[in-house]
Amino acid sequence: MFPKECRYAETHEWARPEKETNIVTVGITGFAVEQLGDIVYLELPKVGAKVQKGSSLGMVESVKATSELYAPVSGEVAEVNSDISNNLEIFKSDPYGKAWLLKIKASDKKELDSLMDAETYEKQLEGH
Amino acid sequence: MKLIFEKSITGRRGVKPPQSDVPSSTVLDKKLLREKPAPLPELSELDAVRHFTELSRRNFGIDTNFYPLGSCTMKYNPKVTELVASSPNFTSLHPLLPQIPAGDKLTQGALQVLYETDLLLREITGMAAFSMQPMAGAHGELTGIMIISAYHKAKGNVKDTILIPDGAHGTNPASASIGGYHVKTIPSDENGYMDMDALKEALHDHVAGLMLTCPDTLGIFNPRIKEICDLVHSVDGLVYYDGANLNAIVGKARPGDFGFDIVHLNLHKTFATPHGAGGPGSGPVGVVQKLVDFLPVSVVVKKKDGTFALEYSRPKTIGYIAPFYGNFAIILRAYAYILMLGRIGLERVSENAVLNANYIREKLKPYYDLPYAQLCKHECVFSASRQNQYGVHALDIAKGLIDAGFHPPTIYFPLIVKEALMIEPTETESKETMDAFVDAMIEIAKLAETEPEKLKAAPLTSPAGRLDETSAARNPNLAYLD
Amino acid sequence: MPFIANTDQQRKEMLAELGLTMEGLFADIPKQLRCKPLNLPQALSEQQLREHMTALGAKNSTGLTYFLGGGFYDHFIPAAVDAITSRSEFYTAYTPYQPEISQGTLQAIYEYQSAICRLTEMEVANASLYDGGTAIYEAVTMAIQVTGRNKVIIDDSVNPIYRVMLESYTRNLKIDHERTQNTDGLINHKQICSDIDEHTAAVVVQNPNFFGFADDFTDIAHAAHEKGALLIVSCYPVSLGIFKTPGSMGADIVTGEGQSLGLPLSFGGPYLGIIASREKYVRKMPGRLVGQTTDNRGQRGFVLTLQTREQHIRRDKATSNICTNESLCALRALVYLTLLGKEGLRETAQLCADKAAYAFKRLTAIPSVKPRFNSKNFFNEFVVELPKPTGQIIPKMLEQGIAAGFPLSKYYKNMENSLLVAVTEKNTKQQIDKLAQTLEACL
Repeated sequence: MFPKECRYAETHEWARPEKETNIVTVGITGFAVEQLGDIVYLELPKVGAKVQKGSSLGMVESVKATSELYAPVSGEVAEVNSDISNNLEIFKSDPYGKAWLLKIKASDKKELDSLMDAETYEKQLEGH
Repeated sequence: MKLIFEKSITGRRGVKPPQSDVPSSTVLDKKLLREKPAPLPELSELDAVRHFTELSRRNFGIDTNFYPLGSCTMKYNPKVTELVASSPNFTSLHPLLPQIPAGDKLTQGALQVLYETDLLLREITGMAAFSMQPMAGAHGELTGIMIISAYHKAKGNVKDTILIPDGAHGTNPASASIGGYHVKTIPSDENGYMDMDALKEALHDHVAGLMLTCPDTLGIFNPRIKEICDLVHSVDGLVYYDGANLNAIVGKARPGDFGFDIVHLNLHKTFATPHGAGGPGSGPVGVVQKLVDFLPVSVVVKKKDGTFALEYSRPKTIGYIAPFYGNFAIILRAYAYILMLGRIGLERVSENAVLNANYIREKLKPYYDLPYAQLCKHECVFSASRQNQYGVHALDIAKGLIDAGFHPPTIYFPLIVKEALMIEPTETESKETMDAFVDAMIEIAKLAETEPEKLKAAPLTSPAGRLDETSAARNPNLAYLD
Repeated sequence: MPFIANTDQQRKEMLAELGLTMEGLFADIPKQLRCKPLNLPQALSEQQLREHMTALGAKNSTGLTYFLGGGFYDHFIPAAVDAITSRSEFYTAYTPYQPEISQGTLQAIYEYQSAICRLTEMEVANASLYDGGTAIYEAVTMAIQVTGRNKVIIDDSVNPIYRVMLESYTRNLKIDHERTQNTDGLINHKQICSDIDEHTAAVVVQNPNFFGFADDFTDIAHAAHEKGALLIVSCYPVSLGIFKTPGSMGADIVTGEGQSLGLPLSFGGPYLGIIASREKYVRKMPGRLVGQTTDNRGQRGFVLTLQTREQHIRRDKATSNICTNESLCALRALVYLTLLGKEGLRETAQLCADKAAYAFKRLTAIPSVKPRFNSKNFFNEFVVELPKPTGQIIPKMLEQGIAAGFPLSKYYKNMENSLLVAVTEKNTKQQIDKLAQTLEACL
């Protein structure tokens, strides 16, 4: 149900590391999208911003709620998805692909180890 | 329906000011003047009146039909209180009059209303003194938080946390947070009561206080309320009463007797002042004796000669919460209402409010999930979970009720109940009205099973159909500008 | 029992269906927590209540001629304002959370938001706050959230009541207030522009200011923007009938008191807090916002929007805790602005300015009465210096049925003889002449 190449935070962000580089792509999971309902606005960090694992990156606003976005790893923001704000419907159809939010140049890829794998994340959701 | 601006015709005049009887002034520096007049609409008075009359017909008020919004207390707004509040003897009074030398002599009636309302509310709630300044319930909450801060600061206490139950209204944590406090949520147990173990665990020296409504947002009265207040006092914390649910106990029990230290009342709920489609309200705050010195100024006092005056010298006051004495015209309505009810009338309010809510609870029990089975007070909370299996949600039930001619109950609050439907009939509703509402709810439960698509399409008979809230938020259009 | 529909018989039937007694309905409240019968006066019938309220009302003065302002003014209110807002579909309605049956309220608020934007030349306005004072506090909070800074520069020409309110609200927050002083009744532009630095979140000014003077704050807006700070202007809506708007000066947030837009003085409330800002700050704006959209029938409609900033959703992270606002008062303001219209508001403002100029001339023609300040650019309020303390003169004037003005000594040092006189379109030439004659006689 959840892509195996991603790691998952308790706060429902997914993190997908690239194999060769230190770049980690970040987005929100299909579960989060379902809970939030129609997404209406995004507040994302600027390129170059330094982030700490667990700190707030920005916000995802839907009609029902506004949710904080938390950094799954520490590092520097390398790229921000500039197309997504005009295309918010994409969250429903492609949350792990075209609905990526930002890319972080991770300072320590090992931080991903403390996140959940797809199976654990799915199991953990059964409580909801 | 067109906007007022779309009906504007250049040169149309509505109400004209009189001709000037003084010379025109040429003294003003032209650079300070606006180049063109503000592009306000230009309509005749008749066209304006028709526009607003048409708007009013697209609305729904208590005077229209049953309005069982849980936690809002949509009781009848008496016309006599509207009448007395509209007297020019009150409406024409400039608020600065009692603040200018010899001016207070000219506002004795108004000052008496403020003074006597304070006394009446003290008796009703068991508190030592009230400030009438807060202009809404949430405003009262912020005032209460400020008093809590002032109390602890004066004692040299280091406090940074306010405890709030998980079912609380959003204004509670918002007020605490804006007041500079960290908020800790206390869960409810499986019976809908505050989890006492969780409370005891959370109570440490840094807890400034606990904000609570009683009965709670499930409409349930916690019989251990005094124990809860005592526990908070044991760490020198203060207990704050959110008065939104006072209609359940007015005349029967008083928050001051439970151990609450600070109370706010919603005059636009318990005391029948109109909701105004979202305000104005009034949220007076009452406190126990040890907190009286912190109340906002000015204070209305009665002098030895029986006249009323404003007093400002309260060295420990938290300051000015409002520009003047509160929403006076609203306070005046509540004052009149209390006088018309008297002691017995107020007792009958809670008796009938509680009877009506339990009557509906009993009638709807077979058709909707009732998460907490015990006696409720003035409101009952159902869940639409049973209807979820047909793809029908609380929202759809609400829209179905609109087509039945009723205003829906509160939906999705409190957050601790999934698919919540919170019903508060109030004491002013008749048995026939409630029976008709129950019949409509039963009909909807049936439709959910047999023809859920009908509910999904509702409402069909209202002035507007379901509105696209997503695109409203994605592309906000908040003003019509040329 | 007033307002209770059910009879004893019906209650009996309902209790029987529940299998309970009336006492049983309150069995969940422990006996020791039940109160004694309340010590309240005997209930009054409607007739008795009306008599009682008439008697109370008679203890207030009527027929005073007002030259008393200080931020709250006795303006003319057209009859249709009361007629329209007395429709119970407006005033007995709740907050429009079910938009399909609240299009009346929602469209009216959208029109009100639009009218405020047009009046102030700002881009977005909210559905109302409690009053002009809490509006300044909310604007300051917005500026702090937007800039991440905590210094606020506020001049003493801003209404003293609002300044006390701001201090009261922010006492427990780490805000650095820099209080500047007026120079000859006006803002010291040079000082403020040079005081703005990289720690400044906002500068707060008022137009016209508390002494009645209109000014242009474009330079302060520039200076603020250069340092990344915001300009907050507290305005007097009726004055915008003729004066340059805060929007055109470059203000970032505009606040104001809407009482002068068709609300009676009402001894202090309810009033109407106005707030408007540039579009880019809309998500930081407190309170309710109504937005346009379409319904599933293809019609234009209106809904509460951007609600997730608000307390009922965002809870402890809300932009503000405000819930109930001043919706009916906003409706009054909208109706007032519609009835007067583009020309009517301009004419009203011009009348105020003309009559104030006339009153100023008449009063300063009295040999012992002098203007306190030099500027002649006042709207409908000005300050005169009397030869005696205002504390002696005001009571004598009141005895003659005239509220001559506000004693500035209540809030300002060295102003014991200074009187703030307000004039509106309601004051006739005869009343102004009588003011001058009576004042001369009282001195």
